[in-house]
This record gives sequence, C-alpha cells and structure tokens, in this order.
Amino acid sequence: MSYPQDRRYAKSHEWVLLDGSTATIGITSYAQEQLGDVVFVELPAVGSTLERDGAMGNIESVKAVSEVFAPVAGEVVEVNGALEGRPELLNTDPHGEGWLVRVKMAPGSDAGLLTAAEYEAFLAEEGAH
Amino acid sequence: MRQTELKRTPLYECHLSAGGKMVPFAGWEMPVQYRGVVEEHRAVRSRVGLFDVSHMGEIEVTGSRALDFLQYVTCNDVSKLTAGRAQYSGLMTPRGTFVDDLLVHKMSDQQYLLVVNAANKDKGYAYLCAQAAGFSGVEVNDRSAQWAQLAVQGPRAADVVQRLTPAKLSDIKYYRFVVEKVCGVEAILARTGYTGEDGFEIYVHPAHAPDLWNAILKAGAEDEIVPCGLGARDTLRFEACMHLYGNDIDDSTTPLEAGLEWIVKFDKGPFLGREALRRQEAAGLKRKLVGLEMIGRGIARHGYPVLKDGERVGTVTSGTFAPTLQRALALAYVAVELAREGEELDVEIREQPVRAKVVATPFYRRPR
Repeated sequence: MSYPQDRRYAKSHEWVLLDGSTATIGITSYAQEQLGDVVFVELPAVGSTLERDGAMGNIESVKAVSEVFAPVAGEVVEVNGALEGRPELLNTDPHGEGWLVRVKMAPGSDAGLLTAAEYEAFLAEEGAH
Repeated sequence: MRQTELKRTPLYECHLSAGGKMVPFAGWEMPVQYRGVVEEHRAVRSRVGLFDVSHMGEIEVTGSRALDFLQYVTCNDVSKLTAGRAQYSGLMTPRGTFVDDLLVHKMSDQQYLLVVNAANKDKGYAYLCAQAAGFSGVEVNDRSAQWAQLAVQGPRAADVVQRLTPAKLSDIKYYRFVVEKVCGVEAILARTGYTGEDGFEIYVHPAHAPDLWNAILKAGAEDEIVPCGLGARDTLRFEACMHLYGNDIDDSTTPLEAGLEWIVKFDKGPFLGREALRRQEAAGLKRKLVGLEMIGRGIARHGYPVLKDGERVGTVTSGTFAPTLQRALALAYVAVELAREGEELDVEIREQPVRAKVVATPFYRRPR
C-alpha cells in the first residue's frame, strides 16, 4: 500500500502528523494488519509526558497484547476517546479516525523519523507488503 | 524450532490459497486466521465455518481387552459406549491429573479410536504404550499420519454437510458418529466439535483431504461458509468454556478442580488416579476453576495473577475479549472459598489490580 506523505514514520510502526507543534500519533496500516482484530486500547493519560521510544500504552487483539512506543517526545494533550467504544477503528482507519493521542511535541524529538517512501522501503526489506 | 522443521497438514496449500496467515502451533504450520479472528468466530456462531484440525492425533486401541485397558487409563466410563458413540474423557496420571483430555470413539467391541491434542500426541502415545505393557490382549497404534480431520461447525453445518453425504445427519445425535461416504470417500463422520455450536468432525485419509476441503467450501457457498483458523477455534471454545490443555488443565490439575467432575466415574472400577481423586474429594478441593467477568477496564489473560484484597489467591488460565459476548472474560483457578458466583476479585494486569467478579459457566450456550 501507499503510505500518506503528509506524515513521518517510526520503524516501530507508528506515524506522526505534525500541525505546528502539535503531533498526532497513530499506528500504521502494517501494524494493525499484524495485530489482527483490535479489541482493547490502553492510552496514556492527558497531561502525561511521553519520551521518544518510551512506552505509550498497549493495543490488544483477541490473542495478544502489543506495546506502543512513542515516536516523539512531548506532553499528551488529547487522547482518542472514540477508541474506547470502537477499538476496531484501529483496523478500519489506522491513519485517520484510529489516531491514538495528540501531544505538544518536544522540539527536535521527531529527528530521524522516516518519510513515507523510506517506511515503504523499510517494510519491503522486512518482507512485508 | 526452525520454520522448516514444522509439519504441514495435507491442507497447507488450501490455506495459502484461502489467504491463511500461517503460524507455528504444536510443531505444525497452521492457519491462525484468514480474514480475521472476529469475523471467523462470528461466522461460526451465525452460519458455518470450516476448520483444518488434521494436526490432532489419532491413536487406535484394539484387542480383546481394549475396554479393560481404556477403563484403566481414562476416568470416564468406556463401558457406556456402544459402537458409534464417543465420549469426552481424561487420560489420567496416577495422581489423578491429566496426561491429556481426549475423545474416545467406540468403533467396535475390540476397536477404539482416541482423538488427542496435537501438542500431547507423542507424550500420550508413549504413555498408552507403557501402560499397555501391563495388559495382554491390547494393541496401541499411532494412526495420526493416516487421518486428516476437518471440522464443519455452526448452525448451518448440518445443511452443508448433508449435501455431501448419503448419511442421514438428523439420525446422528450429538457425540455419535458413523462410518460413511462423504464426497464419495469413506470417512468417520462425527457430530462432535470444539466450538459450542452444532457441527461435525470428518476424518478422512489425507489424500482425500484437499478435495474434501474444496467440496465443503463449494457446498457451503450458499450459506456463506468461511475457512476459520486457530484463533477463532480458541475464542469459540473459550466462550463455550471447553477446556484447553496447557491452559485450563494440565498434569498438575485434576478433573475435580477443573469442573470436570462429570467425566469422573468413580464406580466404574479401578482406574489410574481413582484413589488420589477419592482422597481429594474427601478432603475437599483447595482450588476451583471459575469464570471471571471483568468489571474494571482490562483484559485478563493466561498467567495473570488473581488477587483478593491484595493477596494472591489464584491464576488466570484462559482469557480474552469474547467476540460474541462482547465482554472481557476469563477462566481462573481460585482458592475454593472464593469460588462463589458474585465474589469480587482483582486480576493483576501489568501490575495494576483490575476488578473482576466470579460468574457462572459456561459463558455461552448455543440457542436450542
């Protein structure tokens, strides 16, 4: 698939969409496919501080619990409440309605993230499609 | 174990064609899902699904003393079976714990077919051979390589299978089986299953398995049959509270603790573990397997501790978010004094106690 070019990607399969200093974070289509049907999402609280590559909650499928890692650092200003009642949004719209959190991003903490083309190349190396 | 060492059932190519996501399971390369666990689970509850269960083991016990032998090594009463009937049972250790859980099918007075878990097949076969050494007139043979097994499960399963066999399915009651042609080849056609729905398990020679798989999908197209993987197999059996060896039962648990006292027939005669089970019954159980429903937010999973007022009182054996019941549910061994419906306990999820309550089982019973 072709990944949206308006954002950046981490090798741990999260995406970051910047709007000024606010970063919206989610997981990629590849990630949700690997997870299978999502049934439960655990997100950090508003006001909590995320560290780059630190723990950022868990996404649970029927079979397993998967940790999410913060692709940038910052303070959580909003969490996606829709995921409580509709965790399947992560499967159906991981790049849109399935966003996880919004953070006030620590400047420069998005260094080294991949472009869409680089992420696609990374997936291809991993044997994904 | 390297990927190349995994065994493949005769249906491996069928799984790839159907888009199966292959994973290692008990030494086999099996489909965990095709379109998705939840979709497959719901298909079985509402319509019909098709499973490859060829990884299961089949062990034949034959001879003039086959019945005596099976009475000795299992806890259920094999003498209740007539030809064409099966029973759920436990292969017992002398301590009254499980070597495996299994189905015992009576083919004839001198021929029985045991269907056992894939993960326990080698262990169970070795155990049966060792026990059989003490019996004349008994032969134990591992026939697993000679059988492929498909399961068709769901309220429409009988309609689908009926299109493929001259056997009159309405005459085959639950836990009965016939030897009959299915898709023109000889098969054992059993009204058994591991989903909590009506359905059939069909045993054929491996060479016929791919044709049978394709024929079932074709015959079931009008009922929107879908292939289903091990993921759905697990969520379906869990909702119906059917035990999984390695999770809910193992060689440290007795049938009494596991809520399976109904398969223990103390009066049938001596059997391995009978005295240990009698002692346990007389002394009273220390723990029991109960159903838990999460009250707080979280999913209880295998291995998670169960607490009461901060003290460890048990362990979760199986747990997930149940796709049909739409709740986080679990099975857990808990101290017997807490094993009462309505008792509130906590499950420790990533170091946090999350409230749960003991509920009745089975969680799901199919509408009759």
